[in-house]
Parts: sequence; C-alpha cells; structure tokens
Amino acid sequence: MSDATTVTASTAASTRAEALPRTRFDFVPLISIVVLALAAWPAVGSSSTWLTLTFAGLAMGMIVFIAASGLTLVFGLMDVLNFGHSVFIALGAYITTSVFVAVFGDASPATLAPTLAAVLLAMLAAMLLGGVVGLGFERVIVRPVYGQHLKQILVTIGGAIIGEELIKVAWGPAQIPLPLPEALRGSVLIGDAAVEKFRLVAVVVGLVVLSALLYTLNRTKIGLLIRAGVQDREMVESMGYRIRRLFVGVFAAGSALAGLGGSLWGMNQQIVVPQIGGQVNVLLFIVIIIGGLGSTLGCLVGALLVGLMTNYVGFLAPKFTMFSSIGLMVAVLVWRPQGLYPVVNR
Amino acid sequence: MIDRLLSHDRPRNRWLAIVLVAIVVALALTPFIFPGTKALNVAAKIVVFVVLAASFDLLLGYTGIVSFAHTMFFGIGAYGIAIASTRLGSTWGALALGAVGALLLSALLSFLIGLFSLRVKAIFFAMITLAVASAFATLASQLSDFTGGEDGLTFKVPEALQPGTAYVSEPFLGASIDGRFVTYYLLFAVALLLVLALLRIVNSPFGRVLQAIRENDFRAEAIGYRTVVYRTIASVVSALFATLAGVLLALWLRYNGPDTTLSFEIMLDVLLIVVIGGMGTIYGAVVGSVLLVLAQNYLQDLMKLGASAVQDVPVLSQIVSPDRWLLWLGILFVLSVYYFPSGVVGRLRAMRRR
Repeated sequence: MSDATTVTASTAASTRAEALPRTRFDFVPLISIVVLALAAWPAVGSSSTWLTLTFAGLAMGMIVFIAASGLTLVFGLMDVLNFGHSVFIALGAYITTSVFVAVFGDASPATLAPTLAAVLLAMLAAMLLGGVVGLGFERVIVRPVYGQHLKQILVTIGGAIIGEELIKVAWGPAQIPLPLPEALRGSVLIGDAAVEKFRLVAVVVGLVVLSALLYTLNRTKIGLLIRAGVQDREMVESMGYRIRRLFVGVFAAGSALAGLGGSLWGMNQQIVVPQIGGQVNVLLFIVIIIGGLGSTLGCLVGALLVGLMTNYVGFLAPKFTMFSSIGLMVAVLVWRPQGLYPVVNR
Repeated sequence: MIDRLLSHDRPRNRWLAIVLVAIVVALALTPFIFPGTKALNVAAKIVVFVVLAASFDLLLGYTGIVSFAHTMFFGIGAYGIAIASTRLGSTWGALALGAVGALLLSALLSFLIGLFSLRVKAIFFAMITLAVASAFATLASQLSDFTGGEDGLTFKVPEALQPGTAYVSEPFLGASIDGRFVTYYLLFAVALLLVLALLRIVNSPFGRVLQAIRENDFRAEAIGYRTVVYRTIASVVSALFATLAGVLLALWLRYNGPDTTLSFEIMLDVLLIVVIGGMGTIYGAVVGSVLLVLAQNYLQDLMKLGASAVQDVPVLSQIVSPDRWLLWLGILFVLSVYYFPSGVVGRLRAMRRR
C-alpha cells in the first residue's frame, strides 16, 4: 500500500504537469457524498426521516465548512497549522449570546424580518471580532514562529489556552444558554419530511459564504495570488508580491469565518460553554485531513461527508457518533493517503 | 555507580543537580517531613506526573512529534486497574491482570495510530491523535456499564495497600506506617525505576537515532534509518510508560473517571510540564512536574491573596482570581516557547557554558 501511494503520488504530479493548462476535474469525491447519502437510505428505513437527517447533515456540514475553510487556507498558504483556531469559534458563539441579549432582552419577537436582522447583526459582529482578534493573534502568536512546525503547534496551543481563559474572564466560566429566536424555532414540512427552520438559515448562509469564497478564489486577482501561493509560495514572492501581507489578510479572513462558524454552531447547539471551540476543533481537523490539507474544495466535501455521517450514525447508533467521523477519516486515508483533493506540492 | 544509574547523562549543572537531589530527597521523605494527607497527595501526584511527563518527553523532546493521545494511554492504564479490581475483586492477581491488559491495549493502539499517521506526515500525527483521544474520552464516558461513565469507578486495592491497614501501631518519626505509607513508597520506587529506564532509553543508540530524526528526519532517512519504524517504536514505548503512570495513579486514588485521566486538561498539563521544564532532557519532566503540581495546589492560595488585594479593580480582580491560574501558566508557556525553548533545565545547563 505504502509503495503504491508514493508511486501514484509521483505519477499524479507528472501527469498533472503535462496536462496543463487543462486539468481534468476529479468528480469521484463529489460522487462519494451522493453514495454515502444513498447508502444510508435503506439503513435509516423511512424516507421522510432520511430526508430530515440528510438535510440536517448538509446544514451541519455547511457550518463546519465555514469554520474549517480558514484553517485549511491558512495551512495551505503558509504551512501554519493553527491549533488556536478554536478561540475564534468560541468567540463567535459568545458574541452571539451577547448580541441576542442586547437586541432581544428577555423575549424575542415572533416575526421573521427583525429576527433575521438580529441574526445577521450577530453574525457580522462575530466575523468582525473574529477578524480583529485574528489580526492580533497572527501578530503575537503565529508570526514569531513561522516555519517551525513543533513550536507552531505548541505556541498556538498556548494561544488557545490563553484565549479560553480570557473568554472565561469576559463571559464567566459557566455555560450560557443561547436559545434560538422565537421565529427560527420549529420546522417546516417539505413533503412529509420536517426540516428545522434554523437549518435552512444555516444552509443559506453556508451557500453565500461558499459562493463568495469561490468567487474570490477563482475570479479575483487576490484569489489568483492565494491559489498561486498555495501551490508555490516562493514563486509568487519572486514575482514581487508580498505574500506575508496576503497571508495576514487570509489569516484575518479565516478567523472571521471561524467567528461566523462559531456563531452558527452556537445557535445550533443552543448552549455555549468555554470549551466549545476545542470540541469543534477536533471535528475541523478531521474534516481538513479528509479533504486534503490546504484544499478548499476538499474541505467542503469533507465537511459535508462528516456532517452527513454524524447525523446518520447519530440516528442509527448514537454511541458511535464520534467514532464514525474517525472511521470515515481512516477509510479516506486508506483510499487516498493525502486526502480527497491532495494539494500538489505537499 | 551514580553515573551508571543515570546512564551517563548527568545533570551537567551544579544548581540543577542540587535542585534534583532536593526534589528526590523531599519526595522520598515526604511522609516524615511534611505531615498531613494533602502533602502526601500532592507528592504522589508529582511522582505520577514525573513518569507521565517523562514518557511524553520521549516523544516531544527526543523524537520531535506532538501527540495528544498521551492521556488516552494514561487513562487506559488507570481504567485497566479500576475495571480489573471492580470485576475480579481486590487481589494482586487482578491488579497484575489489569496492568498487563492495559499495556497490551496501549501497545496495540499506539502501534496502529503510529502506523497510520506517522508514515504520511508528522503534522498529521498531532491532528489524528487529537481526534482519536477525544473520541476515546467520549467512548469511555458512554460505555457506563464498563467504565462507570461520567461518575467513574471507585474500587478497593489489596489489603496490604488499604489505608486502614496499620503495620505499626505507634506513629514512627511522625509518620503513621499504614497501607497509604506502603502505597506511597511503592509508587515512589516504581516511578524512580521508570524514570531511570527512560534515561537509559534516551541515552541508548536507539535514543540517538530518535534525536537525529528530531533534528533532521530527511537526513536520518538518508543515512539509512527507517524513520517511520523508529517513530512508531518511540510512540509505542512512550505509550507503555504512560500506561504504567496511569496504573500508579489508579493505585493511589483508588478511583478513576474520565476527568482524572482522560480529559484534555491533563494533556495540557503534561504539555506545560514538558515545555516549561525543558524538552528533550527527561530531568525537565521532573522539575516541571514539581513546578506545575505545586502551582496547581498552592499558586491558587497565593492568587487568593493577590485577588483580595485588588478586589475593587473590576477587570484586574477577574484576571488574578484563583480560578484563572491556567491563564498565567498559559502565558508562561508561550513565553517559554519563545524565549527559552529548552526550558528550565536547558537554561540552567546553558548558564554553565557561558
């Protein structure tokens, strides 16, 4: 197995070089999502339950994708694995509680428009704060240890400890309930499958983020530079672009997305604890390993796979929910040791 | 003689030697010079953490790989003892069976994890162990028929080690010679042996290869060492030592639950100990454990004093409140990674060279 993988890796690299400028798009991972969903159908039994679970899985996958996209981009661009990513997620969730308390007070309105406005406000606040704190985090924690993996892991863990403690200072160590606003509770019926309203919101937000991300990465000059930087950092630098500055921007944007993801995750859990970031972080690592470290598309596919898997297994055998994502990861690594969409030069 | 015991890896600094001797003597005489149960509990915890952190140092300091599954093996050891004692009764046979079973499980698991993640990329190992460890912690708290769930397991140790067993009716030099006393010295002796064994391992040719891999794995591979094999062996050995540390802890506490051995906080404690004490020295684990466990138990008292001094200042009083001691250790951790990456021990050793 190990010999075969090194051979395929090298041939893949060479065929890819020859095949430029047109590379064939790899549909197999996308198909695997559909295969997973269809395979769960007979196992779950009833179609309406299956539809509910599938939608819940997609919504969860979208939230995880939002939170994980920054992590994988930062790793791809600068080879920085940020264990402190959890801080921004927790921050996003806590900001959401504060915004909801400030806007709603004790009772939330039952009408949709003001509720959505408040949710939007909370999400924007989470993104803003996540981005700003991310700038500081990059400057103080990450920048001094570029290029030293071991120290990076240690220092970002230290940053995560400090961040979690500071969150306890600001919001207290106890758990804070984050009830969904009145207008977003309950579910709508699609056919005979019940779909929770909040999950619709999550999927819509996820799609917006996904298209914004895809547009930025594929249609703008910044995105071109980021993609080029992921492939070959030194080449981009030698063309005269300051990749450091680009990286700071990506780090801040990634932190902002983590804040957004944390905000949505908090609303999904409806309860916020200081350890929330650490819990999600484990999931994020699994997702970006499945997707292939540094790959955005892989991150999306990995997140959707994990989201679906978690919901199906959570329904069928609740005790093994956590193990199911690890099993998925192991299976993917056996199949493709570099993840679903390997980033070429790593 | 001493030289051979320490595998020719002397402290190499007078102050460090003095500190180490003081620690060993203090731990050896704790029942006599520091009376009271709290002091004995703290000393036992230090002893266990020395073994746990030293075994982690084999991975982090000597091989240069970060594992977050170290507490998992710690927990397996403790659960091995706890489960065997509750199921089979409080006999020495049950203890032995539990320990051996735990060692086998740890060896198997660490071998599988190593095989899977160490061949791809070192950074994978950190992430995959994190995922596996958290899944294991969840599983341990959910299989409540077996592990006692969140409540954990309280069990009895063999009669010779029970606190009620008095060997001498009168206290001897201020210490009561009972089962607790015997258990403490059992822990102390085993821990001493294990740490010396670890010193032996890191100073063997095998240990030198590990250091070569840490410094430059590509070059080590080029010289002809199969780095994957060496890394995997290192992670298995380190897992076995962590399991034994778990066995010791369970013997002392006569209880085990998810929070005492499996929680991520313990993992952070071990990281703090190894980094602040000094990576790649083994002695660092000794110094670091003493610092951290003392801080855990007594720094909070100190911070209480500080907090009462500034209780009228709004934010400051929050920051120095005794519950936030981890904040200060976290800052110390980050600073020590930046400014003295070789920790207390490395700093002391560097002093002499100047």
